[in-house]
Amino acid sequence: MPRSLPGRSRGSWIGRLLSSRRRHPLAAIAVLVAVLFTAGGAYAALAPSTTQNVQAASSTQIEEGRQLFAVGCSSCHGLNGEGQVQEDGEVLGPSLIGVGAASVDFQVGTGRMPLAAPSAQAERKPPSYNQRQIDSLSAFVASLAPGPAEPDEEWLDTSQGNVARGGELFRTNCSQCHNTTGQGGALTMGQFAPNLTGVEPKHIYEAMITGPQAMPVFNDNTVTPEDKRDIIAFLESVQNEPDPGGLAIGRAGPVAEGLWAWLVGIGLLIGMATWIVTRSSKA
Amino acid sequence: MSSIVNGAGKVVDFVDQRITASNWLKRNIRKVFPDHWSFLLGEIALFSFIMILLSGVFLTLWFKPSMAHIAYEGAYLPMRDVGMSEAYATTLELSFEVRGGLLMRQVHHWGALIFLAAMSAHMLRVFFTGAFRKPREINWLIGVTLLVLGVAAGFTGYSLPDDLLSGTGLRIIEGGMLAIPIIGTYASSFLFGGEYPGDDIIARLYPMHILLIPGLILALVTAHLMILWYQKHTHWGGPGKTNHNVAGAPFYPIYVAKAGGFQFIVMGVIVLLAATIQINPVWLWGPYDPSVVSAGTQPDWYVGFLDGALRVMPAWEFYVFDHPVSLSVLIPAILLPGIILTPLALYPWLEQKATGDTREHHLLDRPRNVPVRTGIGVAFIVFYVLLWIAGGNDFFATILEIPVNWITWFIRIGIFVLPPLAFIATKRICLGLQRRDRDKVMHGRETGIVMVSPDGEFSELHAPLTQSQAYELTWHERQLPSDPGPATDANGIPNPNYRSKRVQARLSRFYFGDVVQKPTVEELEAAHHNGHGSDSAHRDELPSGQQ
Repeated sequence: MPRSLPGRSRGSWIGRLLSSRRRHPLAAIAVLVAVLFTAGGAYAALAPSTTQNVQAASSTQIEEGRQLFAVGCSSCHGLNGEGQVQEDGEVLGPSLIGVGAASVDFQVGTGRMPLAAPSAQAERKPPSYNQRQIDSLSAFVASLAPGPAEPDEEWLDTSQGNVARGGELFRTNCSQCHNTTGQGGALTMGQFAPNLTGVEPKHIYEAMITGPQAMPVFNDNTVTPEDKRDIIAFLESVQNEPDPGGLAIGRAGPVAEGLWAWLVGIGLLIGMATWIVTRSSKA
Repeated sequence: MSSIVNGAGKVVDFVDQRITASNWLKRNIRKVFPDHWSFLLGEIALFSFIMILLSGVFLTLWFKPSMAHIAYEGAYLPMRDVGMSEAYATTLELSFEVRGGLLMRQVHHWGALIFLAAMSAHMLRVFFTGAFRKPREINWLIGVTLLVLGVAAGFTGYSLPDDLLSGTGLRIIEGGMLAIPIIGTYASSFLFGGEYPGDDIIARLYPMHILLIPGLILALVTAHLMILWYQKHTHWGGPGKTNHNVAGAPFYPIYVAKAGGFQFIVMGVIVLLAATIQINPVWLWGPYDPSVVSAGTQPDWYVGFLDGALRVMPAWEFYVFDHPVSLSVLIPAILLPGIILTPLALYPWLEQKATGDTREHHLLDRPRNVPVRTGIGVAFIVFYVLLWIAGGNDFFATILEIPVNWITWFIRIGIFVLPPLAFIATKRICLGLQRRDRDKVMHGRETGIVMVSPDGEFSELHAPLTQSQAYELTWHERQLPSDPGPATDANGIPNPNYRSKRVQARLSRFYFGDVVQKPTVEELEAAHHNGHGSDSAHRDELPSGQQ
C-alpha cells in the first residue's frame, strides 16, 4: 500500500481536479477550447499542403483537370467549357474558352467558384479544391484556348515594389471602387468591390489581369507588371501600417467618426452634465 | 497669509476706485442660474469652441496654406517622392514630425465634431422646450446663425489639408455653384480664381477659417451670452418657480465652480477622444488629385445631410436656350439649405402666429404639453436622419450587405412618408402622456395594489399625489384654440378682420385643438368628491353599477 501511494496520488490529482471542477462555470469553455485546439491541430496536420506545383502542364494534369471539371464545373459551364445558355436567354455559366489559367486560379483559389448560390456577385469563401486540383483545372481550361497565365513569382515579390508609386497607382486606378486603403465599397444593384485586406498577392495580380465580375481588366499595356507589383506592395504596406492616432474605427472615415462623436462624445458629456447638476449646490 | 490678502485687497481697491466695478459686480456676481442637465448643452459647445481655438492656434504655427506643388521629402515613407501641395505636406509634417502635432490635429477635429453636435443638441433643447419664445427670438436667430457659421468653419477646415477627401468635398461645392443658373460659372471662377481647382482656393479658405469665421462666431457667442445674461435663464415650473422669477444657484460661487469644472470635463473628454481614437488619417487618403474620387468618400457629419440629398436626388435636368438647368444639383445643394434654414429661423414667429400670444415666457414647456411643436421637431429629426443615412448610403450598403439602390429608393420614398408618420406618432404619444398626467392629477398614482372586495370585485388602489407632485403636472398654462368669432356682428356688418382671424384660428386649432387640458378646479373637486384620490382606499371608477 505505501508503494502504490505516489502513483495513486498522481492519478487521483487529475481525477480529483476533473471531477471536482466539472461543474465549474468555466469548465464548458475549457472543454470547448480543448476540443477546438485538437480539431484545429488535426486539421493543420492532416490538410493537404498548398505548396505550389510549378511544373509545366503535362497531359496527365490536363486529363485530371478535365475529369475534375466534368464533375464540379460542367453542369453550368458545359463539358468542354463552352458555357450554357438556357432557352429563355439566361446564362447558366459563361464560356471559359480563352479565360486562361489565371482566371481559374483566381476564381477557384479564392473560393468564388464553385458558386454557393446565384446572387449579384460571387462571394469569397474557403476554396473547395486544393492547390494541386486547382492547377489541374487551370491547365485544362488553359488547354482550351490561350488566355492570361498565372503570374511569375518575380512580380509577386513585394520587397521589390515601390510603395509610394504603388499608392499613386492604386488611388488613380483602384480606389474609385476599393477605397484608398482597399476597404472595398458598394457598387450598383448589390454588387460590391471586395475588401482587399488579407488577399494573397497572386490573387490580386490575377484579378487585375482577368477582371473578375464587375472589375475591369487592367492588362499589361495599361498597368505594367512592375506597376502591379507596386500596387500589391502598397496594399501590403497599408495593411501592416500601424494607426498612430489610436483606434482605427475601421479606417472608414467620417461616417464612423460622426457616429463616435454623437454616441460616445455627446453621450459621455450629457452623462457628465447630468452628474454635475445632481451635485449638491448649497450657496 | 494675511499680508497676501491685504495686498490683493489693495489691488482690488485700486482698480475699484478707478473703474467702480464693485456695484456692477455685486449685482451680477450672484446672478441666479437654474439647474438642469439640458441647460449645459450650450456650455459643451462653448467649451469645445475654446478647445478648437487653442488647438487651432497650435496648428497654424506649422500649417502652410499653399497649393505649391512639391515632391514629398518628409518622414512618412509610404509617401516619399509623391507629388503633393505644401498644404498636404505640412499636414503630414504636423502628423508625423511635430511633437504633439497629431494629438493637436485630432483634438481640433474631434473638438469640431463635438462643437457642432453640441450646438445641434442645444438647439433641439431650446426648440422642444419652447425657450425661443418672446423675449428670446433674437437669441434664437443668433443661434441659427452660429450653427451656420459653425458648419462653414467646419467645412473650410475640412478642406484645408488638401487631401483626397478635402478636394472631393470642394469639387462638390464647385458643382453646387455651377448649378446656380446664370451666375454659377462666374461665382465658381471667382471663388477658385479660374478653372477648378486652381492654385488659390486653399490660401483663400485659410483666412476665412482662422480669422473671419471664428471672429464672427466669437462676436456672436458674446452677444448670445450677454443677451442670455440680461434676459436671465429660463427654467422649469414648479413650487416657487414662476414666470416672474428664476430659481437656482448663484453664479458665484456655485456656477463658477460647476461651469469651471464642466469646462475641464469637456476638454478632458475631447482630449481623451483625440488621444485614443484616430480621426481623419489624411496620410491614408493621399494627396488631392482631381482625377481621383475614392469609394467611401464622405463629408463630416454636419455636411452629411447635404451630401445625402445629392446622392438620392433623381437625375433631373432640362435646357433653357441651350443652357442646362441641373435640378439634380440645384435642388439638393442650393435650395435645400434654404428650405431647411428659413422655417428654422422663422419658427418663433410662426408659432406666435398660432398662439396669438405676445406675452413674455420665462417658464419652459414640457415637450408633451405642446404636442404639435414636439411632433414637428421629431418629424424634422427623422427628415434629417434620413438624409444622413443617404449620405452614408455606400457605407450602410456594405455594412448591411444590401444593394445601395434599395437604400436610395428607401430614402426617396421615406423622405416624404416617414416625417409625417413621425409627426403623427409623436403627437399621439404626447397626447397619451398628457392624458396620463391628467388621470394622475384627478385620481392619484396607481399603486399596483389590487384589492378584492367582499363581493368579489377587483379594483386597484390609487394613492393621491402630494400637493407639490400635483403642481409639477399642472403649472403649465391652459392653451385653448382661438375662436375667430362671428363673420358679421349683430347688425349684419361684416367683420373686416374676419379673414385673417380665421387663418389664425385654423393654425391655432392645428396646434391646440387636440391638446388634453389639465383638469379644471371643478373637475378636480368633482373627482375628489367621488372618493377618488382621497386617503382611504376606494374602488376604481368602473361603470359597473355595483358601487
